[in-house]
Amino acid sequence: MSNRDDQPDMNRRAFLGQTALAAGAATVAPGVLLAVANGEADEGVTSDVRWGMLIDTNKCADGCTACVEACDKENGIDLIQRPQGQSDEMWNAQRPQWIRKLKVRDTQTGAVSNLPMMCQHCEHPPCVDVCPTGASFKRADGIVMVDRHTCIGCRYCMMACPYKARSFIHQDVVRQRTNAPRGKGCVESCNLCAHRIDAGQESTACQEACSAEGHKAILFGDLKDPQSEIAQALKAHESRQIRGDLELNTGVRYSNI
Amino acid sequence: MLKMKYRELYCSSPRYWGGLASLVFIILIGLGAAFHMEHSGHYVTGMSNQIVWGLPHVFAIFLIVAASGALNVASIGSVFGGPMYKPLGRFSGLLAIGLLAGGLVVLLLDLGRPDRLIVAMTTYNFKSIFAWNIILYTGFFTIVGLYIWAMMDRKIAHLKRPIGFAAFFWRLALTTGTGSIFGFLVAREAYDAAIMAPMFIIMSFSYGLAFFIITLMAAYWWAGRTIGDLRLAKLKNLLGVFVGAVLYFALVYHLTNLYVTQHHGVERFILLDGGIYTSMFWIGQVLVGGIIPLFLLYSPAFTHSRFAIAVASLLVLIGGFFQVYVIVIGGQAFPMSLFPGKEVVESTFFDGVVAAYTPTAAEALLGIAGVAVSMTLVAIGARMLRVLPETLEDPQEGEAA
Repeated sequence: MSNRDDQPDMNRRAFLGQTALAAGAATVAPGVLLAVANGEADEGVTSDVRWGMLIDTNKCADGCTACVEACDKENGIDLIQRPQGQSDEMWNAQRPQWIRKLKVRDTQTGAVSNLPMMCQHCEHPPCVDVCPTGASFKRADGIVMVDRHTCIGCRYCMMACPYKARSFIHQDVVRQRTNAPRGKGCVESCNLCAHRIDAGQESTACQEACSAEGHKAILFGDLKDPQSEIAQALKAHESRQIRGDLELNTGVRYSNI
Repeated sequence: MLKMKYRELYCSSPRYWGGLASLVFIILIGLGAAFHMEHSGHYVTGMSNQIVWGLPHVFAIFLIVAASGALNVASIGSVFGGPMYKPLGRFSGLLAIGLLAGGLVVLLLDLGRPDRLIVAMTTYNFKSIFAWNIILYTGFFTIVGLYIWAMMDRKIAHLKRPIGFAAFFWRLALTTGTGSIFGFLVAREAYDAAIMAPMFIIMSFSYGLAFFIITLMAAYWWAGRTIGDLRLAKLKNLLGVFVGAVLYFALVYHLTNLYVTQHHGVERFILLDGGIYTSMFWIGQVLVGGIIPLFLLYSPAFTHSRFAIAVASLLVLIGGFFQVYVIVIGGQAFPMSLFPGKEVVESTFFDGVVAAYTPTAAEALLGIAGVAVSMTLVAIGARMLRVLPETLEDPQEGEAA
């Protein structure tokens, strides 16, 4: 056996020890950093609250799309690039729309209402029932959303949703925002700005924008807290659920419609 | 009593290899199409957030429904004791497996994330009928595999009947599950009906048998073997009954909907002014898939015409394809009623209007490849296993085949 002088002189035991330490630190550090960065988010959500909305269609202005624009910006929907050469109609049919403006007219009386339409955050969401992998889920605080790690893109939730609230990502995702991760081939929808709520805020982008415009058509808050503005308003005035016949107990309610 | 001898489909001829090569070619093109769809994203298809399930789903559901029906011939042979059907049992099992595999390949490759198959196979939400279907499909492969084994291996021949029963009930559960995918959709007016499940079962009887007749005739033509007139006549009469039953179920489904005022809109859409869907319903489903085949099967003029049987079976399949298309695409195209009593004046998301859908070539190629996968599996299976009797000549007087 030859004497291998060319090998660097290294204390084997010390080397192994240091390597293990470094590997350990590299594994744990991101978790620690994340935990520090998230701060309060680590507490997890509680069923003591149920987030919801009350939309006063009388205050919702004709032609105003502030809520839609704010949502697009907040959730990076405006970053999605239109595929080259795609027609307007196909682009509108395929691009994600978490919130959309609707104008409806009563066929008998002719009364016109304007309203924003989005995920209604049902207590008994059909999308959650039908999802084969459980990717579509409801948080303890009532927010319905999609776990994009387990979504297989089967789109059964889109078939089941009575509100057409869900969007499938048809195109490549080049840019996205960290608070709204997006994946090609997965389904997504309004999550009541869960990232804000998890950071301790009690507002959504659409509600903020609507207030900033001076309309104040959207009221957001905790349905379970009897002192909250939304709970008081719901108690004081008549409101309704869209497709109330399905008895899904939606978290988003509408008044004056 | 004459002993039934089974032999592999032995064709060294260019006919077999040429056929196989063209099937593989179709599959390769389909795989290319699927890759294109996954790589670019579904924007290259005609599907959208309005029509979320497109042509690939039509192919997939059609094949899956036909698969469970193809097993019927085996069930009649070993569960209900029909001697004329007994020799056909093995091939019936093979065809069922092939059709199901073809349908599932299409379904899988049309997912947004087909790479997450392992997630679908390991993470279950048991309230989802889709999750149950994944179990029903894998179970179907296992049970029918065992069933074919029991029919072929004399050592476990005594298990043939119990496994046959299990397979029969499993196939009923499977089609119930497939029908319920639609039946459980409360939101859409065209679906949300319990009749969907039994209707899918009767559809499966019809499509499955039509597939069976065509592949059986093709295989025997390929191999230069003979099928007796009596046996074909039995299959033909059975097909006629099933085709009539499908029409009956379609009638009941629409009559029920017509009684409910809330559903008048969707009925008007399918039956009267839905454009392509109305044409597909009346011309495709009812005329091509129902009335013409019934005429071909029962008219005395075609009593001995094998060509008429083949054409009738083919028409049943074409009509069935249109029927599934009308259910899947037509049901989605009709707008959901979010505000009963109100009309949508403005929306950026096509609320209140009929959704447009034009399938692209990629979708069609993927779907056709699914059919090719089924046929390839059947061709290879029949080449390697003894599933087809050497001859299907009619039994002599007083003899049970």
